[in-house]
Amino acid sequence: MKKLSARRRHPLAAVVVLLLALAATGGLYAAFAPADKAQADTTAQSLAIKEGQKLYTVGCASCHGTGGQGTSDGPSLVGVGSAAVDFQVGTGRMPAQQPGAQVPKKKNIYTQAEIDQLAAYVASLGAGPITPTEKQYSPEGADIAKGGELFRNNCAQCHNFTGEGGALTEGKYAPSLEGVSPKHLYEAMQTGPQNMPSFPDTTMPEQQKRDIIAYVKTVNGEDTPTPGGFALGGLGPVSEGLFGWIFGLGSLIAVAIWVAAHTAKAKKS
Amino acid sequence: MSTATDTKKKAPAGERVADWADGRLGIYSLAKANMRKIFPDHWSFMLGEIALYSFIIIILTGVYLTLFFHPSMNEIEYHGSYVPMQGIRMTEAYASTLDISFDVRGGLLIRQIHHWAALIFLAAMFVHMMRVFFTGAFRKPREINWLFGFLLFVLGMFTGFTGYSLPDDLLSGTGVRFTQGAILATPIVGTYLSMFLFGGEFPGHDMVARFYSIHILLLPGIMLGLVVAHLILVFYHKHTQFAGPGRTNKNVVGMPLLPVYMAKAGGFFFLVFGVIALIAGMFTINPVWALGPYRPDHVSTGAQPDWYMGFAEGLVRVMPGWEINLWGHTLVLGVFIPLVLFGVVLAVLAVYPFIESWITGDKREHHILDRPRNAPTRTALGVAWVTGYVIMLLGGGNDIFATHFHLSINAITWFVRITYFVGPVLAFIITKRICLGLQRRDKDKVLHGRESGIIKRLPHGEFVEVHEPLAQGDLYKLTAHEQYKPAEIGPTVDENGVRRKVKLTERLRARLSKSYYGEHNQIDKPTADEYKEITSGHGHH
Repeated sequence: MKKLSARRRHPLAAVVVLLLALAATGGLYAAFAPADKAQADTTAQSLAIKEGQKLYTVGCASCHGTGGQGTSDGPSLVGVGSAAVDFQVGTGRMPAQQPGAQVPKKKNIYTQAEIDQLAAYVASLGAGPITPTEKQYSPEGADIAKGGELFRNNCAQCHNFTGEGGALTEGKYAPSLEGVSPKHLYEAMQTGPQNMPSFPDTTMPEQQKRDIIAYVKTVNGEDTPTPGGFALGGLGPVSEGLFGWIFGLGSLIAVAIWVAAHTAKAKKS
Repeated sequence: MSTATDTKKKAPAGERVADWADGRLGIYSLAKANMRKIFPDHWSFMLGEIALYSFIIIILTGVYLTLFFHPSMNEIEYHGSYVPMQGIRMTEAYASTLDISFDVRGGLLIRQIHHWAALIFLAAMFVHMMRVFFTGAFRKPREINWLFGFLLFVLGMFTGFTGYSLPDDLLSGTGVRFTQGAILATPIVGTYLSMFLFGGEFPGHDMVARFYSIHILLLPGIMLGLVVAHLILVFYHKHTQFAGPGRTNKNVVGMPLLPVYMAKAGGFFFLVFGVIALIAGMFTINPVWALGPYRPDHVSTGAQPDWYMGFAEGLVRVMPGWEINLWGHTLVLGVFIPLVLFGVVLAVLAVYPFIESWITGDKREHHILDRPRNAPTRTALGVAWVTGYVIMLLGGGNDIFATHFHLSINAITWFVRITYFVGPVLAFIITKRICLGLQRRDKDKVLHGRESGIIKRLPHGEFVEVHEPLAQGDLYKLTAHEQYKPAEIGPTVDENGVRRKVKLTERLRARLSKSYYGEHNQIDKPTADEYKEITSGHGHH
């Protein structure tokens, strides 16, 4: 301590103390402050909200109002959450082309980055369901059979046995689930878009949603095997009956006409 | 080479076998009577054959399926090879259907042949029946055979329905629930019937086993008997034929049963089997594995019966949900009226031959077929019936049509409600006009010949188209039909001037007869005199 005390008037002492103090503050800050990434996110978040607002003003405000408060043409977006935006815009349903019984799915013209920005803006209007992470919606390792049971219990009434879709009243419909990504399936269950009821985690926990996604992807995915041959749309007896009449009986009648046309000829004298 | 007594030469082996059989079965006289039986040739006479052969195919494949199907409603946990159902609780019936589809060799193909053949069987019967209807082949002496055919169609519907219900999957269970609803809607006895049929509350534990007996034993047994009777009557009555040179009401012109028709019919059987097997090998029908087991608390959209029950589904779907509540009892008209209509729609088909013979008063035998145009009112009635039937099929599939044509299901329902009444009337009027137009055209062809397409310019500048006279045979075909005169009520006063009482049925019959054969309801066919007068003249007309 003597040595330290003797050097306290050294011309460089102040510099050393300053350096130590800075190092200590920096170290402590590094140790206790929020992580760097989060810091970056915060800035990115506000940036995203700002960018999202611009996109919103162009694409959405005419129906949902300049502040997302809703108009006679579109509902309020306060509290719908980022998951709803990600679903509606990501499947091309929003922005809607025209009013009607139901807004159909169409080609999505936004990049995922733009959708995220829009979602960030809408989420900033009020808390709501958050866009799920891949861990939440991935069908990897989920129980397919359980998912099937849940599907028949909750979904098949409108979406058909294997998610081929079905009719609702007055031109509304439950769309086909063919080719819908696991994320969008998850978000649809979470937010209940358009005529669909919502299934929040309180009524249908995350695991069950993943089971359902796994089932849908198994029975109505790109590489679902159809052991019986061409599936005829998976629509059941109506398409089967039409096919049986037109191609089944139709070809048999054609064969009958062919047979009758090639009859044994009586000998001509 | 035999060594001993070769004095009496032995007959060839085939002849000896035939002799042996003849001594016991009398096959020689049978063969003599029937081997040269003549059948006329026309493609439309083979529609019934399609039905017959698909029926045989159904029986053959059905036998194979019974070897593996367990008609039991005991609950088990599935551990077969179809992954999405593993660990799910289901009845043995459903599990064994999954096993047939995935674990039994050839099971899925046979199941699909069985089901496709069933759809085609019913469709072929329908078309065959329409052929018989529109050509008047149901007239005396074939009314009973018409009834047999009708019964086969109705029994086929119910056999199909019970078969559709056996796998106990979510689709079939929904169909059975629908039927139970219809049974419950029957006044007074509905609940008792339901309890009796299902052995208690729906679905109970007996349904599959009971439907199984009905499906594989009771109904097909009756149907087999009816098919045999149907064919015996075809042999007995001899086949009808279209009018033509040399064909009369008293003969049959065509080819003999042996060898021509045996070869043709045998070959056609394999063609039918081949086409059905090809379809079954390439196109899925009723993928039960995707549907899940039936549970009364589950239901799916797009649940329809097979096509032959589609009109019943349509009737219930489009009927407004009326009901009457009286003294604590509910009469569900929304289901009961469709149930009654279901019977009525079918019954009018059954009784039509008797109605027509009552109107015409014709008690003679008819073996020459009508061309549909020459019976305009009958043809128009038939088309009206088919129109109503097809409209109801549309109603039965209203949800599928709504989603695939981007329509409102309510709009389709209303369309069906209105066109079910308007459509048949329009179809009747239009068909009758077309028939009369065709009759006029026939008359024109007979009197003035066929348009040759050659335009001739006459000396004074007029252009005319040259008409070629028809061949004698064609003239005969176009004029062979006979035309009824409308029935008259007859004098209403007797020889003493006393008014007699004209019965209401008599008046009705006269009116109906007039609407069938009255002045504007058929075109008088050309007479020989008319023909002579025109053809004896020279040049154009």
